[in-house]
Amino acid sequence: MEPNTQRLLHTFAALADLGQEIADNADFEEMLRASFHLLLGSLAIRRGAVAEYDRERGQLRIAAMRGITESGQTELPLAHDHARRLASLGSALSFDDATKEAERFLGDQKEFFGSVEIELLVPLVIRERLIGVVLLGEKANGEKFNEGDLEIVCSLARHIAVGVHSHRLLEEVERKAEENRRLYDGLRAIYKETVHAFAAAIDIKDRYTNGHSVRVGKYSEIIAREMGWNDEEVEGITIAGYLHDIGKLIVDLSVINSPERFNAKESKEMSRHPAAGYEILARINHPYAEIPLMARYHHERIDGNGYPDGLKGDQIPPGAKIVTVADSFDAMTTDRPYRKRLPLEDVFVDFRANTGTQFAPEVICAFCRAFLREIEGTSKEKRLMKLLSRNYDNVEDVGPLLSRMISDLDGGTIAASASGH
Amino acid sequence: METIGSESVRSRRVGDTAVIYAGDYLNKLSGERVERECKRQLESGCRALVINFRDTELVNSIGVSILMGVIDAAEQSGARLIFSDVDNHTANLFEMLGLARHVTITKDEEEALASPRVTEPRAVATGS
Repeated sequence: MEPNTQRLLHTFAALADLGQEIADNADFEEMLRASFHLLLGSLAIRRGAVAEYDRERGQLRIAAMRGITESGQTELPLAHDHARRLASLGSALSFDDATKEAERFLGDQKEFFGSVEIELLVPLVIRERLIGVVLLGEKANGEKFNEGDLEIVCSLARHIAVGVHSHRLLEEVERKAEENRRLYDGLRAIYKETVHAFAAAIDIKDRYTNGHSVRVGKYSEIIAREMGWNDEEVEGITIAGYLHDIGKLIVDLSVINSPERFNAKESKEMSRHPAAGYEILARINHPYAEIPLMARYHHERIDGNGYPDGLKGDQIPPGAKIVTVADSFDAMTTDRPYRKRLPLEDVFVDFRANTGTQFAPEVICAFCRAFLREIEGTSKEKRLMKLLSRNYDNVEDVGPLLSRMISDLDGGTIAASASGH
Repeated sequence: METIGSESVRSRRVGDTAVIYAGDYLNKLSGERVERECKRQLESGCRALVINFRDTELVNSIGVSILMGVIDAAEQSGARLIFSDVDNHTANLFEMLGLARHVTITKDEEEALASPRVTEPRAVATGS
């Protein structure tokens, strides 16, 4: 093969390899090192360096070098006016400029370079901004660089400049993304705190059901997790549980705190709260879109006899079905002014009797499963048992009933018989 | 005896000569380990290095740059550097780029180890 042809092929191969390194190498430092080797190897240059320019600090950071210095120093000052002049030359600079700048740079950095000779300085420039420099010493064949060599070096340098620039853009995008994530996390924290404040406000209004909203949130969370909902959905339904009774804020205080069972007028007043809750919550742009609907439909029933809209079966959103069960469970397991809490076994007997009419079978089944796993010790957490232990002794006694209910619900016996009524 | 050096590069010592097998490293960045192994051998007192290219299919620009580093290190240590088992294409490349000015190229390892440049002390240039 003709030497010139072989030289050309060797240069083309270096360009191709450099393009691949820049495109494929995810490790920036490694990419720079490989680029540096390709640049030196393309013309068998014995010494050199690739340095990144840090505009803010007015410094060059040497990313890769060979035979330039043994000082161990990797940072060099570069005055802003010098950087501006290099940027104006671009990487399509003339041979004279490349040699002159090398001389000037050597003169400014005598301590760093010692007796080493730098023959070419090629600026790495993108959009008229200096992002780095390439410094090159002598060639292995002892010949001086020529115009053709400079063309090759400049072509390779432009590729390296693009690689450095892309990396910086990516870093900037990642930094912005991280900043946005922190802002988003901050907003979410504020949102959650606001939700807690609302839940507390709702519960303070009703002195007989203190802590009801928070407990409904927790029961809803446990059921949703048992049903295989993902973290985001579980967080959404927990908040829906906290806020499901927000409509009570517009209900007359004397009705809410009535020491007796509601009369017809009071019941009518009270039944306004799901729709009112929806109106309040729908004005807020929640991270979880279904929260207003869960508040609106938490008194709907599977058989269509609920309120405010009389929805049936699958017309009711799954989240609302969960909140309904959580709400009823807390209502039955806490004292009310007109009645004491029900024995725990009676609560599940009620669930069993009303599954398929008032309650969704899959939700009751999930609740029973989560509870039974706590009782049997196969669940790490004992959240339900902790929540109930304040009001109940021997919570684990309901275990056999839960087992039967799960078995019946899995076999479809309960839902089938209930819906047959 | 042939050993695996600290950089997983195969090498062996014959007296104060180290033979380093370039393998297929010299077309990628992992070739730096060949350079490090050469430097390690020089630091441990080697007076001559033979780099054997018998398993090297391609030396690209990365490989050339790495070999420039070895040439520098050998020159700084005053050690001799011989390339053996270099195929014609690669030998032409070394010639064209000027590497051949800094090393001896031999047909095979045996010839490298028998080379007077290895067996005889190198003349040290002195200033007049």
